[in-house]
Amino acid sequence: MAAQIFSAIFVIIIGVGGCVAYFWGANKLLDLVFPSRGVSGTAAVDNLRRQGLVRPWLFVGPAMIILTIYLIYPVIETLRLSFLDRGGENFVGLANYEWAFGDHDFRNSILNNILWLAVVPAACTFLGLIIAVLTDKIWWGTIAKSLIFLPLAISFVGASVIWKFIYEYRGEGQVQIGLLNAIIQYFGGQPQVWISLPFWNNFFLMVILIWIQTGFAMVILSSALRGIPEETLEAAVIDGANPFQIFWKIMVPQIWGTIAVVWTTITILVLKVFDIVLTMTNGQWNSQVLANLMFDWMFRGGGDFGRGATIAIIIMIAVIPIMVWNIRQANKETGGH
Amino acid sequence: MAASTGKSFVSRFGVHIAVLVFVVIWTIPTLGILVSSLRDKDQIIASGWWNSFASSSQTEAGRLPAASAQTQKDGKYVIEGNVFGDGAKRDISAFGVKAAAPTQYKAGTAADLGDGVTLQVNADGSFVLASPKAFEGDRGQRVYYASSAPPKFTTENYDAVLFSEGIGRSFMNSLTVTIPATIIPILIAAFAAYALAWMRFPGRALLIAVIIGLLVVPLQMSLIPLLKLYNGVGTFFGVPSKTYLGIWLAHTGFGLPFAIYLLRSYIAGLPREIMESARIDGASDFEIFVKIVLPLSFPVLASFAIFQFLWVWNDLLVAMVFLGTAPDQIVLTAKLNALLGSRGGNWEILTTSAFITIIVPLIVFFSLQRYFVRGLLAGSVKGG
Repeated sequence: MAAQIFSAIFVIIIGVGGCVAYFWGANKLLDLVFPSRGVSGTAAVDNLRRQGLVRPWLFVGPAMIILTIYLIYPVIETLRLSFLDRGGENFVGLANYEWAFGDHDFRNSILNNILWLAVVPAACTFLGLIIAVLTDKIWWGTIAKSLIFLPLAISFVGASVIWKFIYEYRGEGQVQIGLLNAIIQYFGGQPQVWISLPFWNNFFLMVILIWIQTGFAMVILSSALRGIPEETLEAAVIDGANPFQIFWKIMVPQIWGTIAVVWTTITILVLKVFDIVLTMTNGQWNSQVLANLMFDWMFRGGGDFGRGATIAIIIMIAVIPIMVWNIRQANKETGGH
Repeated sequence: MAASTGKSFVSRFGVHIAVLVFVVIWTIPTLGILVSSLRDKDQIIASGWWNSFASSSQTEAGRLPAASAQTQKDGKYVIEGNVFGDGAKRDISAFGVKAAAPTQYKAGTAADLGDGVTLQVNADGSFVLASPKAFEGDRGQRVYYASSAPPKFTTENYDAVLFSEGIGRSFMNSLTVTIPATIIPILIAAFAAYALAWMRFPGRALLIAVIIGLLVVPLQMSLIPLLKLYNGVGTFFGVPSKTYLGIWLAHTGFGLPFAIYLLRSYIAGLPREIMESARIDGASDFEIFVKIVLPLSFPVLASFAIFQFLWVWNDLLVAMVFLGTAPDQIVLTAKLNALLGSRGGNWEILTTSAFITIIVPLIVFFSLQRYFVRGLLAGSVKGG
């Protein structure tokens, strides 16, 4: 273990030192190859121009290499693999896609993912918005926000343990130590094994993600609400609008753009949801989702890369519209820059 | 908000109550595992954690000593002792001899077991089993009793989990993964961000668009090709394919689009005059970056560092694909996931392990919340 700590520290030094050495060294080298000082006027101008052509690539070079290896090449390779067999050797055309749409687990995962997409972003945004509005009105709002924000720092696995403890079921006649079953029993209900109730178990898993992500929505929306011009609210009050009208007709329309951002951010997260399902049910009792199914196929029986890649592509296809929209928005913003 | 001023007492009171309800719902789950992790392991299953300050009662079963322990007293055959043996003493409220009626008799009373046999179990656990005939057989009488124990809090669970369940080792592994994977991307991203914000070169707009596109590419797209690549590299050079170096680089790659995006939008917003006056003074881009941009960008570098730290520390997927599950590599999240499988019902282990995995993010989060929120706002609102 000592060796491990030592190697970690060593890597930090090597990594950071290497980066510094690269950027400093490459820069020095450029100055040596195309000197701008101590040469005649025209040569200096020429060399400065050449430096200007090369230097940006020295700056973005390392990032581009890493991005290419870790993201751009894999995207292309995954697409290619989705047309190959399990070992990635023989071309099988659309067989993997045909398999996917005929497979029970896959269809179940798609349906569950749609269910997640329908519920989680909406619930997070809605709850986040309500909490943002309410906490803005009270003196201890900052503390309240901190506490609601807190689950965002907790890992999905940690959150799963936390909620598994709440859903814990113990046989009849035993003391229920899970909070949910204890409450149900207190009110005379029948304790249940919540995470194995087909269909409904999806919602019990979604609660975990909602619990984590509401804080995110709340913080973003709260800052957007602060940006609403005070005059519009005052005018509404003078016109005799009630709080609900102010909320729905004055506040919400003005922060529509931010709501869309929060919604899409959580949507992307939901498409990739993996840890929660893996740790809570591992896809049993009809709770499978695409990301967990993919992980399953990556390693099942030595791994089926063709099918795994196909599932990844399906997730990617769902993300593409958001990606295009993001790039368009960014182009609009930087267009004037 | 101006809109709320002048509202009635009732509606303001309602807001307080509503926020309180939200806060309670959002905090109770975490509180549950914190309290449970500090409880005695027998008490965790004996009562809900919300009752942990009350005495917990539970029904237990034991077997009295066999016939060989009997003595003769006043013409009767008697077996005496304590149901708790040498173990910790608890208060007994009732006892019984049938599983169907474990609390049939009150403590301190003598139960008639038929054939003149009587059994008395006292509140302190001492018992007297008496019979007119000699006891036979080498199996003692079965006895059930309801006992209650005072609330007991302990740090034993932490000892057990850290040192014998391997969580301590995993904690070190998580640190080993997280710290380099947080620091390495910062410098690489900062240089790229500066170039994209302040240097003119062909293809810049395209690069920015690619990076914004990569922001949302699901991690899943990268897993299989990288797994193949790592296996290939491992075989080619005869080295293991699951290494810390591999996961550091993977996290660097996955974190870069966000890092470049976040830093670029901040660096692009720095005042143009500072850059230009430095340039007129003869400073090169490299000098401007190192002497002006880096120091001014400290807040956004801190924001990114917190993000990346939390993301790497909390990650399960990348760790499961690129690291092994042996004790020298398994990180906290993966270990916790493994414990959920192997120690499913041992809540003292699960709650304690879970709390250890979340304590570092919580500390980072609370102490640096300002930077975290700033990064969140810059990263998503402008991300449009």
